[in-house]
Amino acid sequence: MTDHALEPRGAAVTWHHVGDDAHDHGANATVLGFWIYLMSDALIFASLFAMFGVVSTAYAGGPVPREIFDLPLVALNTALLLASSITFGQAIPHIEAGRVAPTRFWLAITGLLGLAFVGVELFEFSHLIAEGAGPQRSAFLSAFFTLVGTHGAHVTVGLIWIATMLVQLGRHGPSGEMKRRIVCLSMFWHFLDIIWIGVFTFVYLYGVLR
Amino acid sequence: MSAHLHAEHDVHASGHSRRGYRIGVALAIILTVIPFWLVMSGALPDPGVTAAIIFALALVQIIVHVVSFLHLDTRSEGGWTLLAFLFTAVIVVVTIGGSIWVMYHLNTNMMPMPMPDRSVAQ
Repeated sequence: MTDHALEPRGAAVTWHHVGDDAHDHGANATVLGFWIYLMSDALIFASLFAMFGVVSTAYAGGPVPREIFDLPLVALNTALLLASSITFGQAIPHIEAGRVAPTRFWLAITGLLGLAFVGVELFEFSHLIAEGAGPQRSAFLSAFFTLVGTHGAHVTVGLIWIATMLVQLGRHGPSGEMKRRIVCLSMFWHFLDIIWIGVFTFVYLYGVLR
Repeated sequence: MSAHLHAEHDVHASGHSRRGYRIGVALAIILTVIPFWLVMSGALPDPGVTAAIIFALALVQIIVHVVSFLHLDTRSEGGWTLLAFLFTAVIVVVTIGGSIWVMYHLNTNMMPMPMPDRSVAQ
């Protein structure tokens, strides 16, 4: 019994070892932690997709997807986001090799493509609202603006992150911390492109089909 | 080759082969173009078949992106990223599939409700 009373100390020692181990692989621990964050973010989007799926035909006598979705515009947006994912992939070997100028170049291109994506999306939203197809029109449109808007908000956060990296690369150079941050940002950016696959398939293409 | 990949893995999760990345880029473009072309051209007469194909292509594209852009494999982070991903995938399928499944049947069963004369079925 008295031995058991000592257990918390034993557990503390064990915990300390785990901590040491994580410290030795600091970058990996961050990448794994960031991966877990991305997975939890995927669950947020899963609930938004589920909500959209449930009310996607609740038009309340309002406009249906076929009338309001402009597929060429969606195709343009999809191309912009996919292109930005590809250009981010071009930056990674440069930051791995510690080359600041080409890293900043490709990050800037990625940021401009992302900015164009957000711009097109805001244009689409304002166009819909002007047509009377705003989020208050029907459950379908509420769910549409929530899902697509949440994705757009994520991309906007990604743009702020890219701008921050561009500034910090100039100040700190290709340090270990900067490499870690840019690798996490690349995971975030690619993740948003993956969410967009679900959006353009489930919301736009499938919406127009039925 | 494998030792080279492993060494890159120790630095960060991102350093995979550039060849895998280029194959991923090509597949991503193809898997994006096909569903847009199918829907915008109306190439297939049956919308149900088109829907099934675009959902299947989306699933394949998501896997392509996760493997070649997010570099998910069985070894990175000692398999923990894969485990977390598979757990998330299960929850995503249950959340989306389950919600739509349950609510679809609920809606179907609620159909006669607005008509007063047919509302008392049992």
